[in-house]
Amino acid sequence: MSAKDNFLKVKHLYNRAGFGVSYADLQKLSKKNLDKVVDNLLKDSLKNDPINLVNDYESKRQLLVQAGLYSKKDLTDEEKKMRQQIVREQNEVSRDLNIAFITKMINTDAPLREKMTLFWHGHFACRSNNPFFAQQLNNIQRTNALGSFKTLLVEVSKSPAMLQYLNNQQNRKGKPNENFARELMELFTLGRGNYTEQDIKESARSFTGWMYDKDGSFIFRQNLHDTGTKTFFGKIGNFEGENIIDIILEKPETSQFIARKVYKFFVNDNPNEAHVKELATHFYNSKYDIGSMMKKMFTSDWFYSPENVGTKIKSPTEFLVGLSREFYVTYNKPQVLIQLQSSLGQYLFNPPNVAGWPGGQSWIDSSSLMLRMRIPSLVLNDGEIDFSGKADPEDEAVIALSRTATTNANANMKPKSYVNANADWPKFLDTLPKGLTPLELTEFLLQPKLNAKITTMVSDNKGLRSTAVEITSMPEYQLC
Amino acid sequence: MNRRNFLRNTGFVAAGSLFVPAFMKPLEAMALDELSLYKNLVVVQLSGGNDGLNTVIPFGNDIYYQKRKSIAIKPEEVIKLNHMQGLNPNMAALQEIYDQGWMTIINDVGYPNPDRSHFRSMDIWQTGSDSNQFLSTGWIGRYLDSNCQTCKFPYTAIEVDDSLSLAMKGQTKKGIALKDPAALFRNTNDPFFKAMLQNDKEHLDEDNLGYLYKTMIETSSSASYIQNTSKIYQSKSTYPTSGFANQLKTVSKFISSGLKTRVYYVSLSGFDTHVNQIGQQGNLLKQYSEGMAAFLKDLKSNNKLEDTLVITFSEFGRRVEQNASNGTDHGTANNMFVFGGKLKKQGIFNAAPNLSDLDTGDLKYQLDFRQVYGTILDKWLDVNNADILNKKFNTLDFI
Repeated sequence: MSAKDNFLKVKHLYNRAGFGVSYADLQKLSKKNLDKVVDNLLKDSLKNDPINLVNDYESKRQLLVQAGLYSKKDLTDEEKKMRQQIVREQNEVSRDLNIAFITKMINTDAPLREKMTLFWHGHFACRSNNPFFAQQLNNIQRTNALGSFKTLLVEVSKSPAMLQYLNNQQNRKGKPNENFARELMELFTLGRGNYTEQDIKESARSFTGWMYDKDGSFIFRQNLHDTGTKTFFGKIGNFEGENIIDIILEKPETSQFIARKVYKFFVNDNPNEAHVKELATHFYNSKYDIGSMMKKMFTSDWFYSPENVGTKIKSPTEFLVGLSREFYVTYNKPQVLIQLQSSLGQYLFNPPNVAGWPGGQSWIDSSSLMLRMRIPSLVLNDGEIDFSGKADPEDEAVIALSRTATTNANANMKPKSYVNANADWPKFLDTLPKGLTPLELTEFLLQPKLNAKITTMVSDNKGLRSTAVEITSMPEYQLC
Repeated sequence: MNRRNFLRNTGFVAAGSLFVPAFMKPLEAMALDELSLYKNLVVVQLSGGNDGLNTVIPFGNDIYYQKRKSIAIKPEEVIKLNHMQGLNPNMAALQEIYDQGWMTIINDVGYPNPDRSHFRSMDIWQTGSDSNQFLSTGWIGRYLDSNCQTCKFPYTAIEVDDSLSLAMKGQTKKGIALKDPAALFRNTNDPFFKAMLQNDKEHLDEDNLGYLYKTMIETSSSASYIQNTSKIYQSKSTYPTSGFANQLKTVSKFISSGLKTRVYYVSLSGFDTHVNQIGQQGNLLKQYSEGMAAFLKDLKSNNKLEDTLVITFSEFGRRVEQNASNGTDHGTANNMFVFGGKLKKQGIFNAAPNLSDLDTGDLKYQLDFRQVYGTILDKWLDVNNADILNKKFNTLDFI
């Protein structure tokens, strides 16, 4: 294998398995055998560094206060204020949590673990108003990102965030709520068409009593649990929730469903059925060892074949994190990262529904593409350009009128600020070899093969810095 | 795809001639097809599965009160429309609209073998598929694909939102999503963007890169057209301050300035009321009704109401019996609303839901939602509904 060939493969690997790689690291890594590089990548990601942003004690106190207020019929003004104050604080901490997650992806030295966490974040899609719950779920996804899928699935199923989101808190003996049981099979494991409505009804009964208590810990409430006999996939028994999960995992369809989704996320929007099958069989035989499946994928020849390189549309997170990581960007007002996620269609911790973000070409519509092409110049050029201009003059009066209101309308109408970010250009330029030409830099920054147009555009360019801004603003940079 | 065709189809080449605002052309000079462009369809999506029975309340039916002990709307609070049904009190703003004859309520709209998953049922509604059929294009998208006389341009369908719904995505053509026309116009007029477009001759393949370039070209031409046509228009009407009303205000601006767009799409979400439904749904219905009332009156004052048809749907209704958490779980058939200045059948279109003849606790549908789509496609958008819906659906006489 030629050195250049290995250089491109390692670059591809780090783009897909992580969020890109610096030129200096790439040079070092590509001297090694590819299997070694994959091993290294997995070894680097052994480190599990959870997010510890949300104050445990304060959150539990808030939960207790909320539970107390919830059970009261008429609230005094004081109590109403207290309730509002908690909601305000939770919203604020939720924003901080969002920023903590994306910042972690930008700075991590365990890129595969974070990339995998992002995958599970979309797979076990969930919204929670409570940042303590949201952080807990995010850490479950991170801790088990490369471990046992079964452990991950059980822990997610017992997390207050998911119990709340899928209404299992209301799932009780005699009055089953089927929401969790349905999504467990439809979206988390088997996929549509591999179970019946009856299976949902029966398994919902097995999850009755799976709840969380007042201070936000999982609790199995025996008195609300349906201990009767259930018929699930033709088996008859007094199944508990864990038994249901075991039966679901016994079905190869689960490994196929997960393998296909992993393939679509890491390899290609249009799955090659033979490759998916290979991956699924490996996953199933390894007893759902996620890390083992990932290694299998990254060491397969097909992972590096031309149809799988530079052909995937980056998700908004991959795009923002990759750009920020590449150029060592610091955000002076990190809040802007949330605005960007939201405008690009992937507001972390806020998936459109329990199915997560659909991905692929659906990331790109007219407005999101234009914004993507605009962002590099905003972020890398120190926010010299206004983010999205002045508010429409027609709306100014409305903005003034509605200043005190707390509706969504405000968020939509308020004038946007500058991005206010700094790229560390000296640090970036320092990672590049001496004498690197703009054309070589372009080859490094873009994953698709260069064409005549780009070659012409960069050949008359002035320097590396302006080349970088221009290249990252191109449609080609949207692919990885 | 042939590159030459691609350029012709997108309208990119012809963009210059579109810059003349429609109102500046004398009416006689307009071709017939341009005149018919003034018929607009506005689709309003209520996401999450709106509880139709607490929206249009069957207060004349005791079963409703038996099944909904803690969340039923009391008869004295209902805005009565006839002896059987009335509106949720939070929809007071729509009473005037209803009394004007600008509103039709279609009861029990659904489809065979209903799916209770949000995303699947929304898929079914947006694609117009059967419940066991998986389509990757939306019903409005296929209308765009049909390449009819009046749906040639990417701006034929506009969604006032940050992203484009599946309903608006066709095989070869997609609608355009935008919240703020001025911002999009500024972005597409950046010299670098223009350079990327003008220099490009080789990226119009059907892979992901080709898709990116195609999107850029269409966006650029549409943004110019929309901004140049609508920027001169100033609305005189007052709208409530909600994100939803704001979307409708943008639609009104586009319609009133004579944009050659035929379909607009807006949505309001939060209707998945499993728990403590009353307050949450009440707030949303209030937002919805106040926004809609302002919008329809605004259109009326601009003489556009007769040329506009508005429909409202949700992916499913909810179970007839409430759950233990003062909410309702996913159900099946639901009501749809139709608004416009030229409705053939005003008021309540068909019989109220039959609460004593249920399918395992769920309403049975009377009308297939594709009959509603089919009616609109045939009678309002002037295409044969079988071409879009893959089979012929009988039309209804609400328009």
